[in-house]
Amino acid sequence: MSPAPEPPAASATVRPVADGLEVVLAGEWRITRVVPSWSPGATRPARVGMRMDGVTSWDSSLLLFIADVEAWCRSQSAAFDGSALPEKVRALLTQLTSASAAARASHPHEGNIFTAVGVATHEVIGSLRAALHFVGECSIGFVGMARRPGKFRWRDCFDQMQQCGAMALPIVSLISFLVGLTLAYQAAEELRQFGADIYVADLVGLSIVREMGPMMTAVILAGRTGAAFAATLGNMRANEEIDALQTLGISPVEFLALPRLVALGVMMPLLALYSNCVGILGGMIVARGILQISPSAYWIETQSIVNIHDVTTGLVKATTFGLLIGLSGCLCGLRADRSASGVGRATTSAVVTALLLIIVADALFAVIFNLLHL
Amino acid sequence: MSADADNRDAVPAIDVRGLECGYEDTTILKDVSFTVRTGEIFFIIGTSGCGKTTLLRHLVGLQAPLAGSVRILGQPFTEVGASQRREQLKAFGVLFQGGALWSSLTLRENVALPLEEHTTLARRDINDLAAFRLAQMGLSGFEEFYPSEISGGMRKRAGLARALALDPAIVFFDEPSAGLDPVTSRHLDQVVREVRETFGTTIVIVSHELGSIFGLADRLIMLDREAQGIIAEGSPRELAETSPDPRVREFLSLSSVHGT
Repeated sequence: MSPAPEPPAASATVRPVADGLEVVLAGEWRITRVVPSWSPGATRPARVGMRMDGVTSWDSSLLLFIADVEAWCRSQSAAFDGSALPEKVRALLTQLTSASAAARASHPHEGNIFTAVGVATHEVIGSLRAALHFVGECSIGFVGMARRPGKFRWRDCFDQMQQCGAMALPIVSLISFLVGLTLAYQAAEELRQFGADIYVADLVGLSIVREMGPMMTAVILAGRTGAAFAATLGNMRANEEIDALQTLGISPVEFLALPRLVALGVMMPLLALYSNCVGILGGMIVARGILQISPSAYWIETQSIVNIHDVTTGLVKATTFGLLIGLSGCLCGLRADRSASGVGRATTSAVVTALLLIIVADALFAVIFNLLHL
Repeated sequence: MSADADNRDAVPAIDVRGLECGYEDTTILKDVSFTVRTGEIFFIIGTSGCGKTTLLRHLVGLQAPLAGSVRILGQPFTEVGASQRREQLKAFGVLFQGGALWSSLTLRENVALPLEEHTTLARRDINDLAAFRLAQMGLSGFEEFYPSEISGGMRKRAGLARALALDPAIVFFDEPSAGLDPVTSRHLDQVVREVRETFGTTIVIVSHELGSIFGLADRLIMLDREAQGIIAEGSPRELAETSPDPRVREFLSLSSVHGT
C-alpha cells in the first residue's frame, strides 16, 4: 500500500500590484506544521490585499498570519484589504484582534521593570502585614488558651505532638548520631597530633548541645513538620474546610494553628535534648574506636565542660525554632491559593521561610548569648 | 395576619444595599441590592462565572465588600467588628459545594463541633444532638465514619446536618446539586423543603439547577456577567413567562423542564 501523498505546504506569495502589494496564500495551513511568517522587507506600500483562493485547509495559524499582516499595515499606515477573504475568516480575524487587544490592555505594564518592582514590593508588604496579623492572632489565642484551658483542643494538640515528636524520633536519631560521629571523626586526627585526644569530648559536647543539636532538629522538623502543616492547612483551604470554620464563627487560628504551635513548642526542646544525647553518643563511639578513650572518661570530660547554661541556651533556641517552624508552616498553609499548585507553593514557602528564620534567629541568639556571657 | 407574622415581614432576613463585590483589582458585581424575606426559599441564579458564589461569600462574611452593606435580621453585618460578627454567625448555617467536612473528624464530631464551640451543653447532649441531626439526614450508623469513607452525596447530607446543628435562622447552600445524581439531588431538595416547613428557616440557595429552582424557589434573583449585577428578580414562573429580558427567559426556559 503506497503512503498517502503529502498535503501541499502552506505558502504566502507577495506580488506587487498597481496600488501596493497582494499576498496570495495557498496550501494547507496547520498550526502543527511549519507555516510562513510575514516578512515584507523594506517596502512601504499604500495598500496590502489578501487572497486565499489556493488554501486547501486552514486553522488558527492562518488567522495569526493575517493578523500579523494587518498589524504591520497599521504600523506602516498602509491600507489593509481583506475583502477577498471568506466571510468566516474575516469574522474570526475580528475576534482574534479584539481579544488580543483586550488582553494587552488588561496588562498594559507587563514586562515593565518598575511595575515588577512595585508589584513585588506590594506583595512583600502584604505578606509582612499578614504575618504580623497572624502573630497577633496567635498571641490573642495563647491568652485565650491560658484563660480557658478547657476550650483548648488538647486532643488535636496531643495528636500533633505524636506526629511531630514521637514519629520524628528515628530520623532525629539517625541525623544526630551521624552529626556527632562526623564532628568527632573530623576532630580526632587533629587533636591526636597535639596529644589532646580527650578534648574531642569537649568539642563534640559543646558544639552539639549549644548549636548542632537544636539546629539539626530544627532543620529536620522544618522539612518534615513545617511542610506537613502547610500542606494540611493548604488542602483544608482548597476544600473550603477553613471557610466552613469561619462561617461557624470559629477562628481557624485558634482551632488549627494553636494546637500545632503548642505541640511544636513543647516537642522541639524535648527532641533537641534527645538529639544532644544521641549526638554525644555518636562522638563517644568514634572516641572509643579511633582514640581508645573509654566511654566513662569521655562522659566525665563531657560533664566537666558542658554546664547547665549550655543546655539551657540550646533548649531556648530549640523552643524558638519550634515556634518559628510552626508559625511559618501554619501561616503559609492558611494563606495558600485554593489549588493543587497553591498547596505545593505554600509547602515550599513554609520550608524555605522556616529555614531562613531559623538561621537568622540562630545568628541573633549567638550575639545575645555572647553579650550576656552565656 | 398575626403580630408575629407582621414582625417577620417588617424585618427582612437579609437586606443587601448597593453591594460591590470582587477583589482589589477586579470588580465582579456592582450595585447589587435585594431583600430576602424571613422564611422564604430564595435562589441566586445565573450562568457560570456570573458571580453567584462570590455574592454568597460576601453574604456569609467570607469576603469583605468593596462597597455597600449587608444587614442580617435587621442588624448591620458587613461593618461590624470580629466579636459581633462571631455572634451573628451563630444564626448562619452554610452548606459548601463539596460539603467541606473537616477531614480529621468523624461525622459525629463534625456536627458536634459547632455545638461544642457555641453552647454550654453537656458532652452527652451534644453527642445525642449530633446523632439526631445525622439521623434526620439519613446517616444513622455512619456517625463514626470519616468524610473520606463516605460518598459525595452523603458528605453533602452530613454537611447539611452540620449546617443545621445550631438551628440557624438562615441557611446558605452553594450549588447543593453539584455532582449529585438526580435521585440524591431530589432527596436533598426534599430535605430543604422540610427544614423550611419544620423550623421556618430562611434558605438562600446558589444554583443553576432548573428542577430545584422551579420546585423550591419562592423568589430568585438572576445575575449576569456582562451586566455585573442583577438582571431579574421575582418568582421563577413569573419570570419565565413574563420577563422582558430574553436572557432570563432563555435561562428559565420552562419547556425544557416541564414541557409547558
